[in-house]
Amino acid sequence: MNILISNGRVVDPANRVDAVHDVYVSGGKIVALGAAPDGFKAERTIDASGLVVAPGFIDLAARLREPGYEYRATLESEMEAAMAGGVTSLAIPPDTDPALDEPGLVEMLTYRAKKLNRAHIYPVGALTLGLKGERLSEMAELVEAGCVAFSQANVPVVDNTVLMRALQYAATFGFRVWLQPLAPFLSRVGHAHDGEVSTRLGLSGIPVAAETVALYTYLELARLTGARLHITRLSSAAGLALIDQARAEGMDVSCDVSINHVHLCDMDIGYFNPNCHLVPPLRSQRDREALARGLADGRIDALCSDHTPVDDDAKQTPFSESEPGATGLELLLPLTLKWADAAGLPLLDGLARITSDAAKIVGITKAGHLSPGARADVCVFDPAAHVKITREGLRSQGKNTPFLGMELPGKVRYTLVEGQVMFEG
Amino acid sequence: MRNPQLNQHGELQHLLTLDGLPRDILTAILDTAAPFTEVAEREVKKLPLLRGKSVFNLFFENSTRTRTTFEIAAKRLSADVVNLNINTSSAAKGESLLDTVDNLCAMQADMFVVRHAASGAPMLIAQHLQNTGRDHIHVVNAGDGRHAHPTQGLLDMYTIRHFKRDFTNLTVAIVGDVLHSRVARSQIAALTTLGVPEVRVIGPKTLLPTEVERLGVRVFHDMSEGLRGVDVVMMLRLQNERMNGALLPTPQEYYKIWGLTAEKLALARPDAIVMHPGPMNRGVEIDSAVADGAQAVILPQVTFGIAVRMAVMSMLGSR
Repeated sequence: MNILISNGRVVDPANRVDAVHDVYVSGGKIVALGAAPDGFKAERTIDASGLVVAPGFIDLAARLREPGYEYRATLESEMEAAMAGGVTSLAIPPDTDPALDEPGLVEMLTYRAKKLNRAHIYPVGALTLGLKGERLSEMAELVEAGCVAFSQANVPVVDNTVLMRALQYAATFGFRVWLQPLAPFLSRVGHAHDGEVSTRLGLSGIPVAAETVALYTYLELARLTGARLHITRLSSAAGLALIDQARAEGMDVSCDVSINHVHLCDMDIGYFNPNCHLVPPLRSQRDREALARGLADGRIDALCSDHTPVDDDAKQTPFSESEPGATGLELLLPLTLKWADAAGLPLLDGLARITSDAAKIVGITKAGHLSPGARADVCVFDPAAHVKITREGLRSQGKNTPFLGMELPGKVRYTLVEGQVMFEG
Repeated sequence: MRNPQLNQHGELQHLLTLDGLPRDILTAILDTAAPFTEVAEREVKKLPLLRGKSVFNLFFENSTRTRTTFEIAAKRLSADVVNLNINTSSAAKGESLLDTVDNLCAMQADMFVVRHAASGAPMLIAQHLQNTGRDHIHVVNAGDGRHAHPTQGLLDMYTIRHFKRDFTNLTVAIVGDVLHSRVARSQIAALTTLGVPEVRVIGPKTLLPTEVERLGVRVFHDMSEGLRGVDVVMMLRLQNERMNGALLPTPQEYYKIWGLTAEKLALARPDAIVMHPGPMNRGVEIDSAVADGAQAVILPQVTFGIAVRMAVMSMLGSR
């Protein structure tokens, strides 16, 4: 189908374009920007006057909960959420049940996703079998099945020998390894950032050292093995400083942060709000500010939703007994806009963190930009409209987010995947 | 965010924590408790203030003493009391906390007295009652995790006021395992709210929580330094499971350095009082000579505890 997206403000970070253009879509691809290609006949015209036309967003961490946790969410429900959020590419962490440690599982997931014909998925395979940190997964086979990288999700490898071997093996093929900096024991002693708030509320604390100790280990092992490391979900200023230092020494390492951690801190736990029970924990105000700043000046490469739908039963319990995680797919754009606005960043640079910059980390080349020939994954949104976040309004099966009740900027009007309109709002 | 224990008019709806509780409410509870201490002296120890009301003692964690004092307090106010030890019933069968609460609400409960191992559990129940429009049911926190033990904190304040009259010229030391202690958190909140100019905490670094000084206390690791010139010594219980391991090497070493002996107590003011929330570990955190000595007010604490709990329940139940 030929679609003309007319008169919108095209914001395409990869090409440094921010101007009003017509966008021509045909055969699932972007065919031109500005002037119509010869003989182009639009079967549908989307009037994007006053709206922003951007590449569909790329989320570095979206848990769809399949297989294993279908009572929390299904591919169907979460794909709808992705479409409503303008998110057209999803990297899937391996912490499903069973974990994504087998090519057959990955193929099945990819097949199910393809059949639904919504967002593209990019599975991140389990670095070790069952995420147990004991035996290596079949990385080469998993890449053949579609995995783009390997990770342990939130489950740190306890034995550093295994971690070193896993990094060596991945480095053999040049595979990317995404590691969340959680020191195995330090990260499990508590439920909230170790500081005044946890002290006041009597919640056991997770010290910043849970992140920094892990980072020292990961960075050293990456130096030793030559593994291509991506650090996921930074939570602290001290953690970011270690990445800065490694880069200053010439190390090739990237990192990301979640939407929750650039907007919230431990004080938002308030009176034990279980929606603020997250991994890693929300840290101090100073940490949040450092992360927001680091993301603005590019020391943090990308922003992600860390989408983790949790059922109400697992959240309506005392804080320490509640399941950590928050829903995020539909909040990725609004919270990116809110952060960029607060940081005084132009829209072009703000959106880069969830399009072109994220694409580099996943290794996506044919999306994340609007160059002619690119996959026509597009989000058309109204940057001025504010939307109130409500349980009813969320399409995700996970209704748990610290942002419930807030008015956030950015309303998605159209989501296109491979040139098909998959969502209209 | 409204403090979930106050209603729209700023009155006490539940008693969940002393942290952030306004000073006038705190003082009002202590004032209300005073006449109740006399009830215990009477032949007929009953008042009709909660007649016809049902108080459910909802204990998800073992307790004999706190549960008993709540039970006595409720009965002296003529309430019907139901005791539930949940760790041996529903929770063991997998029922969720809020399901248990809903079921008991259906049995016409007027008040829940809740003890739970997880910090914030009574607050969750209070929020749930509020969200479901059951504002006539009140929650009293009888100790949640490490978070709060407000009636213990109140009875401690009552005891201090009884013996010292004025809070605004006192130096108070809290000694021991502050990290795991809900009692200490409630004491610190109450003491600072009531205007005690110097609150000290004394203990090894492993047993003092991060940034505890932000709660308004001075931190001491040395017992002699910390006890010097204090008016009130509040000892904390050291749980058995913390005595040998990564927090402390042995109870013997703990006693030697932080155990309260007559010799160390001599550094405090001569009229200093010694308090303990019980149950005591004699020879670990406190020496018997001190526990049974002239300066100890540990048994009056228990007696005042009933009056304070009567005050809290009557203030909530008559609303």
